[in-house]
Amino acid sequence: MAEATTHADPIAAICERHGNEPSALIEILHDLQGLRGCIREADLAPIARALNISRAEVWGTVSFYHDFRRQPAGRCHVKLCRAESCQALGAIALIEKTCANHGIELGGTSADGVTIEAVYCLGDCALSPAALVNDRLVGRLDETRLEKAIEEASS
Amino acid sequence: MSSPATVWVPRDSAANSVGAGTVASLIRLEAETRGLGVVIKRNGSRGAYWLEPLVEVETETGRTAFGPVTPEDVPSLFEAGFPGADTDHPLALGPTEKIEWFAGQRRLTFGRCGLIDPLDLADYQAHGGLAGLKRAIEIGPEAIIEAVTESGLRGRGGAGFPTGVKWKTVAEQPAGDKYVACNADEGDSGTFADRMIMEGDPFALIEGMAIAGLSVGADTGFIYLRSEYPDALDVLQKAIAALEAAGWLGDDVGGTGKRFDVHIRRGAGAYICGEESSMLESIEGRRGEVRAKPPIPAIAGLFGKPTVVNNVLSLASVPVILEKGAATYNELGTGRSRGTQPFQLAGNVSRGGLLELPFGITIRELIEGFGGGTRSGRPFRAAQIGGPLGAWVDAEMLDLPMDYETLDANQALLGHGGVVVFDDSVDMAEMARFAFEFCALESCGKCTPCRIGSQRGVEAMERLIAGGDRAENLRAVEELCELLTETSLCAMGGLTPMPVKSAMRLFPEDFDRRNAS
Repeated sequence: MAEATTHADPIAAICERHGNEPSALIEILHDLQGLRGCIREADLAPIARALNISRAEVWGTVSFYHDFRRQPAGRCHVKLCRAESCQALGAIALIEKTCANHGIELGGTSADGVTIEAVYCLGDCALSPAALVNDRLVGRLDETRLEKAIEEASS
Repeated sequence: MSSPATVWVPRDSAANSVGAGTVASLIRLEAETRGLGVVIKRNGSRGAYWLEPLVEVETETGRTAFGPVTPEDVPSLFEAGFPGADTDHPLALGPTEKIEWFAGQRRLTFGRCGLIDPLDLADYQAHGGLAGLKRAIEIGPEAIIEAVTESGLRGRGGAGFPTGVKWKTVAEQPAGDKYVACNADEGDSGTFADRMIMEGDPFALIEGMAIAGLSVGADTGFIYLRSEYPDALDVLQKAIAALEAAGWLGDDVGGTGKRFDVHIRRGAGAYICGEESSMLESIEGRRGEVRAKPPIPAIAGLFGKPTVVNNVLSLASVPVILEKGAATYNELGTGRSRGTQPFQLAGNVSRGGLLELPFGITIRELIEGFGGGTRSGRPFRAAQIGGPLGAWVDAEMLDLPMDYETLDANQALLGHGGVVVFDDSVDMAEMARFAFEFCALESCGKCTPCRIGSQRGVEAMERLIAGGDRAENLRAVEELCELLTETSLCAMGGLTPMPVKSAMRLFPEDFDRRNAS
């Protein structure tokens, strides 16, 4: 989002790029989160103003969708699939082991910046278990392959 | 030096998830080091994920396959004479088309997927691309809808509603703003067909949308794409730009003087947005809460206007139906399930992937024949068909043919065509608990049975699993299932009882936890 950062007000710039169109709200939120890592409460009013909708409507959308975060994720953002296909090949145990390896609960962020979250299906079901590690899809996972992917993404 | 060999390595995100991108780079490097001329092309996946990364070499008689090729295998391949096709390397599979997995299929919707460079418009046209749209322009709206109706194509998203009938309803609405909305929110575990086509043959989907637009009088299309598919987003954006530049989208579609634009709207991680009315709310930028029906979207859909809502596979099947004729499609299949279905084999299975076959193949032929049984080598116990809201089947049911009517008659559903295999280590009471948990997590919250009932279901299952009063908790689950089925607003709450009740019916022993504590 390089073009947005050069604008005096990044939120206004993003909204303008989407034509200040209320139906583009989710796209706008994705762009803003891409820029800052999360959606903050203070962001709601300027978005609402630009789109000419209420702050409550913006908050309604932000709070409905799992993707939108209130705080940025760690340097390495791991989204581990816990849907049925991955469960059939040991995803639950893999999630527990990975959380234990990094000393966190599911959904948490470790001191060295690894965030581990559960997601439900990444479309890699013929190569389960699967995860997204900083937006890179990795399949046929076991503990070794996953930890290697986390290490590469963290370095 | 001989002319450079053409080597195909998939760019599909699942193929990349097991190293296809690295393999492509290493082949380029290794060839340079050895002074060999190699042209590397990136195709979609052919769907045999058990063989990915599947590397192919062009020969005079077709392509020869190697797989699964890991980055570590690349040097030894070259040692054995790669990219020469005649090698005795253990990963050499011979001519791709002769591999049993491919030879047994009937590929129409996926006819090009894995064969071409997904963003090469000339390659697309050389393989029959745009022939459907050209034909559509020639025959006009009424004949398009007639052909789609005659083909017998039904909604591949899961509901199975006849596509032609839906289009006719939208076409009959008074002229004015109308939309084509493509549901690419492929959230069901065990399904990846939409992703494969969007990454591997995106022009086919967009061509199908343009045909839909022409037939119903809509000038704008939206693709609602789940955010979990960043690679598909990138490919689709480039595909739309290429078709605009070539005059197949935009102000004057193929010289007709008619406009059709396609926009992409990303989802944001909500499973419920695969429900059509929730998806429409989400495209409009709002919370993905389902709408009560009627009115149906064909009459009042996106922005309150008549809207064709179709799944990726339904739309991507239309060009080939128009190209080859409705009869070619309709003569395949069984009963009222006409044509082909892209089945997706996933979970604990040896040879997982996508298989396009006429309706009517048995579950056993899929799991044991194509799939080669469980990956763990342990005995098969259960498979869930049609995603998280689909029913479980057991070993006794494996000879049922896969079509809409047979599955329905056996208290199951086809859904989006996914089959997730489990071995005998599965705890079916835990899977029933998970079905409620998933519903509680993903419920939009609009109707009480789904929002609260699913949570009560989780609690009853937890008590049962912990060894609590069996009769009491089973009764609670039964009652909740009836309530959800009868009173939920949409299929999320309405079908969550499918996996729960089928697990209870087929595997009652797993629900007896009297020795748990």
